[in-house]
Amino acid sequence: MSLTVDGELARSFGLTAEEYDKVLAIMGRTPSLTELGIFSVMWSEHCSYKSSRKHLKTLPTKAPWVIHGPGENAGVIDIGDGLAAVFKMESHNHPSFIEPYQGAATGVGGIMRDVFTMGARPVANLNALRFGDAEHADTRRVVDGVVRGIGGYGNCMGVPTVGGETNFHRAYNGNPLVNAMTVGIAQKDRIFLSAAAGVGNPVVYVGSKTGRDGIHGATMSSAEFDDESSSKRPTVQVGDPFTEKLLVEACLELMATDAVISIQDMGAAGLTSSAVEMASKGEVGIDLDLDDVPQREANMLAYEMMLSESQERMLMVLRPDRTEQARKIFEKWELDFAVIGHLSDTGRITVRHKGNVEADIPLGPLADEAPIYDRPALNKEPPAYLTPPADPVGIEKALETLIASPDLASRSWIWNQYDSTVLGQTVKRPGAADAAIIRVEGTSRGLAMTTDCTPRYGQADPYVGGLQAVVEAWRNVTATGAQPLAMTDNLNFGSPENPYIMGQFVQAIKGMGEGGRALDFPIVSGNVSLYNETRSDTGLTSAILPSPVIGAVGVLDDIAQAVGLAMPEDGELLLVGETWGELGQSLWLREICGREEGAPPRINLVAERRNGDFVRQQIRQGAIKACHDVSDGGLLVAIAEMAMASGVGCYLQAHPRELSMHAYWFGEDQARYVIATSQADKLMAEAEKAGVPIRRLGDVGGSDLRFAYGTRLDVSHLKALNNAFFSRFMGEG
Amino acid sequence: MKAGVVVFPGTNRERDMAHALTLASGQTPKMLWHQEESVDGLDLVIIPGGFSFGDYLRSGAMAAHSPIMTAVRRFAEKGGYILGVCNGFQILTEAQLLPGALLRNAGMRFLSQDCHLKVEGRDSIYTKGWSAGDVFRTPMAHGDGNYTASPEMLDRLEGEGRVAFRYCREDGHVQVDDPQINLNGSARAIAGVLSENRRICGMMPHPENLTDPAIGGTDGLPLFKAIVEAFGV
Repeated sequence: MSLTVDGELARSFGLTAEEYDKVLAIMGRTPSLTELGIFSVMWSEHCSYKSSRKHLKTLPTKAPWVIHGPGENAGVIDIGDGLAAVFKMESHNHPSFIEPYQGAATGVGGIMRDVFTMGARPVANLNALRFGDAEHADTRRVVDGVVRGIGGYGNCMGVPTVGGETNFHRAYNGNPLVNAMTVGIAQKDRIFLSAAAGVGNPVVYVGSKTGRDGIHGATMSSAEFDDESSSKRPTVQVGDPFTEKLLVEACLELMATDAVISIQDMGAAGLTSSAVEMASKGEVGIDLDLDDVPQREANMLAYEMMLSESQERMLMVLRPDRTEQARKIFEKWELDFAVIGHLSDTGRITVRHKGNVEADIPLGPLADEAPIYDRPALNKEPPAYLTPPADPVGIEKALETLIASPDLASRSWIWNQYDSTVLGQTVKRPGAADAAIIRVEGTSRGLAMTTDCTPRYGQADPYVGGLQAVVEAWRNVTATGAQPLAMTDNLNFGSPENPYIMGQFVQAIKGMGEGGRALDFPIVSGNVSLYNETRSDTGLTSAILPSPVIGAVGVLDDIAQAVGLAMPEDGELLLVGETWGELGQSLWLREICGREEGAPPRINLVAERRNGDFVRQQIRQGAIKACHDVSDGGLLVAIAEMAMASGVGCYLQAHPRELSMHAYWFGEDQARYVIATSQADKLMAEAEKAGVPIRRLGDVGGSDLRFAYGTRLDVSHLKALNNAFFSRFMGEG
Repeated sequence: MKAGVVVFPGTNRERDMAHALTLASGQTPKMLWHQEESVDGLDLVIIPGGFSFGDYLRSGAMAAHSPIMTAVRRFAEKGGYILGVCNGFQILTEAQLLPGALLRNAGMRFLSQDCHLKVEGRDSIYTKGWSAGDVFRTPMAHGDGNYTASPEMLDRLEGEGRVAFRYCREDGHVQVDDPQINLNGSARAIAGVLSENRRICGMMPHPENLTDPAIGGTDGLPLFKAIVEAFGV
């Protein structure tokens, strides 16, 4: 490669003129190609968080149970019994559009590595997916590949995929979102970090060999899409879940010894970012000799090896006297193991290849002088509250339409392609409860996990979008009886260079922070994905809906206390929380009236906490048989979902006189739960004492929904409607 | 009972299997690494699910040629008891310890859901926890579970009572051409088969994942209870 390093090349690598000037100042000379590559990936949006860092700092990240917050490979919280939950969510949006199978698969592989790098065995995967309009010609290709890719990787790894969410909206045509979350369990006093230590200690490369795949992946994910995106296919990495399965077993076996000083997976920007991160966090230097890097292809350049995003690789600093012991473990698992350098006291990263120094960069400035932008942010006036429209179809027809619509249709077509039972600890499988529940092996404890975001709320009012994602995640964990402990976030937005998009980002974070603080619900890890935009032939760009996705983890002391959403055989249905009939931005308004208008529902954090704490306490006392939070589609959809989960129906009393019928049944008012109980009188009395609004809905039983208005809907009929979408959409069955 | 669970690179349900055996017997089985060359002294060898060697060539094909399988073959020749579940079933057919083969699921998609099995096989330790004709629920999780064999072999298996389990509806109805019942399209809806001497059993679904009352139920436990009973605790 005979490229001349200059401002133009720097620009093609994604560096601005100012950033390139900064590189020249740091280096005091023209950088080599390899050095330019290193600067460009380390200073990419993806690695440097240059547009988001200022705002991320405002998020609540601390609580007595937080062991490690943001800044490590994943967040770590104390879950009792000397154990810790280690979790994070990460996006693989851009690769998943170009090559859906590999894009999604390597996303799942990458997030699992983040978790087992810290010494945790991955025990659950979740995925938050956002696809284009179901009617759009390309959506089926993306859905098919993404679902196969997630299953292909997670199933082979033997980590159950237990939950997640899926939405369809035209704003994701050409830019789907694939946000993968992994939860792992570790001994809380055996957490492994990335900061390197010990000048002279060996730097060891393990895992797959390095090839030319994924070069400049980090810069690709920091650019918007255009028609030439498909020509970037070679930059999408290829996953090998079998090798990663060997890697997790080998790493955990090694971590049970005292050989590992620090460890970092090679994710975005591969060897560059792992080496730079380990050395700069440990305030040491690092010398690498690329001749010793296991290579899959011949004649690779230093530049290519430093920027390759080949998957399933790890970098470690080992105790020198334990290196041979470590080598044996990796040989047993038939994985490459190579000492490729050592730590130095120079404070620089020095890269040698074939006897030449290909890069020699001071680490301090590379890390600390990375650009940080305080980008201009503008807010749009949030829409006015909706003047509720008249009901054009009646509530029975509306319910049938809603539960058959892409956003509410049964997701079993997706779940059934993911192994959700492997490891033998899955207490509540996908769809059985508002959050998935797994048992912590060898204990009676459970972890409850969910992912949530309602992008249409955020499009109307990004502050509410951020806040609502937090409260819905908290509610979903609560609705199982678990105590919500902490969150991870995946912030998917358009270009931060557009002040209105930057405004969405800032407002969403403000909302998330407010929710987290009010609910003692810190954010312990996360990922930012910007530039989620598509440029059309006409040169116009369109951004995705602002999508601040929240992944949440909670703990149950005893899994026997957990409840799901399936309607029991008998009892009474109650509604916890107040109903105003909020139809702005509701699914009813979109699916029945074809309108995406109005302000999203108001959120009252005091009510959220009070109502949620009440529900959780009652579940733990055994007073509640089933519980479902009220969210997309409102009250009647929530009741129908409970009925469809078990086949048992109920009688439903009429709406209160002060509300219109459709606003009561389909409004998306927050802080509400539908609960089934055989102790209704006691619950009503205790709710009143606690100041929690509560109302009788009707009696459980039968095989249909029977309305006080004289109409009825068979649960089996609703189930058939609910199940029809995916097979029709995919052209199967 | 002395049981061993074989672990290949890529095996991923060995913990589940160990958990089920421990629940049924109170004893933890021995884990057998694929490079071991003997399984002597064991009552039962179990080959659990997973993706041995990534299943990259053909499911189970590479594992069938690993050192431990030579030992397992010898064990079989001497009349040893072997249970293969999911990938273990695939490995046993690749090793020709059981007849037939497992093809891609008819719908060409991975299937992870509960299914119902009708117990048919006679005179085996793997089926005697139930009565013939009983139906039980069990999870399944596989991409290549579509059982096939020559028509002659299928006739023989049926004639000799060597079809251990068949996919069926909750009420026991078997319908080979209904993809809602015979989910992966298996020949004659076969979910599990027995060897000639009835000491080797292969099955696709995962009864080991439904053995714990805290984890969804104990519908699969009779299989393990019966095995333990056969050998004694």
